Amino acid sequence: MLQGEYLGMNLTVHDVDKENHAFFEYCAKGDFRLQKGKESGLLRYPPTTACPWTGDRDYEWVSVEGKGSVHSYAEVHHGIQPAFKARTPYLILLVDLDTQKGKPSEDEALRVAGNLVSEDGELAPPEVVKQVGIGTRVRMVFSQVSEGFAIPQWMIDERADQPAPWRFPQE
Amino acid sequence: MAQQEFGVDSSKTLRGKYAIAGVGETTYRRGSTESTRNLATWAIGNAMADAGLKPGDVDGMLSYSGNDSTMSNFVAGDLGIRLNFYMDVHGGGSSTEALIGIAMGVIEAGMCETVVIFRAMNGYTQIRIGGTGARSAVPIEGDQIHHRAYGWQAAGQMFAPTFMRHMYDYGTTSEQLAHVKVAHSKHASNNPKAYYKTRCTVEDVVNSRIIVKPLHLLDCCVETDNATAIIVTSAERARDMRQPLVHILGLVGRVTKPRADMHYQHGPISRVARYYAADRLFGNAGVTREDIDITGSYDAFTFTTMLQLEEYGFCKKGEGGDYVSSGIIELGGARPNNTSGGHLCEGYTHGMNMVIENTRQLRHDVDDSCPIGPDGKRRHTYDYSTGRCRQVKDAELTANLGWATPGIGSAMIMTRG
Repeated sequence: MLQGEYLGMNLTVHDVDKENHAFFEYCAKGDFRLQKGKESGLLRYPPTTACPWTGDRDYEWVSVEGKGSVHSYAEVHHGIQPAFKARTPYLILLVDLDTQKGKPSEDEALRVAGNLVSEDGELAPPEVVKQVGIGTRVRMVFSQVSEGFAIPQWMIDERADQPAPWRFPQE
Repeated sequence: MAQQEFGVDSSKTLRGKYAIAGVGETTYRRGSTESTRNLATWAIGNAMADAGLKPGDVDGMLSYSGNDSTMSNFVAGDLGIRLNFYMDVHGGGSSTEALIGIAMGVIEAGMCETVVIFRAMNGYTQIRIGGTGARSAVPIEGDQIHHRAYGWQAAGQMFAPTFMRHMYDYGTTSEQLAHVKVAHSKHASNNPKAYYKTRCTVEDVVNSRIIVKPLHLLDCCVETDNATAIIVTSAERARDMRQPLVHILGLVGRVTKPRADMHYQHGPISRVARYYAADRLFGNAGVTREDIDITGSYDAFTFTTMLQLEEYGFCKKGEGGDYVSSGIIELGGARPNNTSGGHLCEGYTHGMNMVIENTRQLRHDVDDSCPIGPDGKRRHTYDYSTGRCRQVKDAELTANLGWATPGIGSAMIMTRG
């Protein structure tokens, strides 16, 4: 069982939940892996028990590059969970991975959720939040929950050519 | 539309064969002094009185909740109702229309004769529907980690990427969306039951504080404590009951986008589940969009109303912002929406109050402040100024558009008997 406290939240992944268990264990090794369906050859996110395109239950875990563009976002100014109240504004990003974007249909992509964080894994401060919007190039980092348990997060990709992001017009 | 005019394929869709026989609710308030069990018996009692039914006349019960309410067997016992069928379903928005369809199905199967559907919640005083308090403290396991660990939990937070992307894709503005709240507040000002009765302006909405971009406080619905109830039975039985007939013409229930578990995997993410539901809805009902006089949309947020009106084809995809700010959705406009004030203003009921309101509209007897005549019916003035009338003149057809998430929706079309 994976268990730990993260930002005041008690997170648990049971042993029988083997898909999520493996996913977060790989994250703790700094390795972002997704399931690849044997029949379809397609990656999927988040972990599931069968292939969303074929229903095939056979898969293998494949390392995937954690790079992509912000597809959409939520900027939270009124936190709900206690630890987040003190960390507003914070960003929730939905990131289109470069890998498998537009496949198997043009409307599909591996859209991976996460917060915008700083190098230290902490939620990004307000002045960095203001730089990010739809289109921003980001790279994946990991926030440690406990020994052997981490979750994926996103940082601005400093090495990428950054397009002018689209942001909600009211600051 | 008379019963004999319903289509020849109605044996499949049950078009017009079932009716809403009674509706009822408690007060809408913040600061409950009642248990959800007490609220449920109160609302069901009002719905039974509305239909003119005694405990022995009801033999089916359906409810829905998210671990925040009482259950049918307690409530039925309190009311002296012996049940031939009951089911308490997990779920929130989009349940109302789906459960009405289930009620029709179980009656059709001969399992019972008359079903009452209830939703009882202390959505402000006990389990806050906005997610603060008890809901935010629940331990997080497995699949939920992929969102809740990111502070992505409350409905507004969960839906915000859909709303934001619609603004990006189509140039939709906050000012356009604010018109939904403006319209609903206008309607609520003519609804003595409404929690918020004060009319507001576009400026009020866009100047209210940001909750989660792109939502301002006044883009979000109110949290209230209340119960609501709807009685479904065959049109044949309903004909002998107390109220004018309101037929159920067609339904869709809990239609999903691909990947309802994580609907954002399948885009365009500004497309919502109704995209997959609209043809079935109008096909089942045998009417067109143009026929609809009044819409009742799930207005958890200003955006959810716009997205539903757009996806069901009341305007073109992407033109929802223009549509909701055009005056069409206001009382006096071509197709008013949420004439009670809905979730934004009347009270939050997880979808029930919009169906209750449309039922009363189709009876031509909404409970506004118009004078009551010697026959017990209101003499509607169609003066929509503050504190006056909210009856839509000659309303014949309504569409209720239910919403659970961008990925899940239900809907129902009703007509006057």
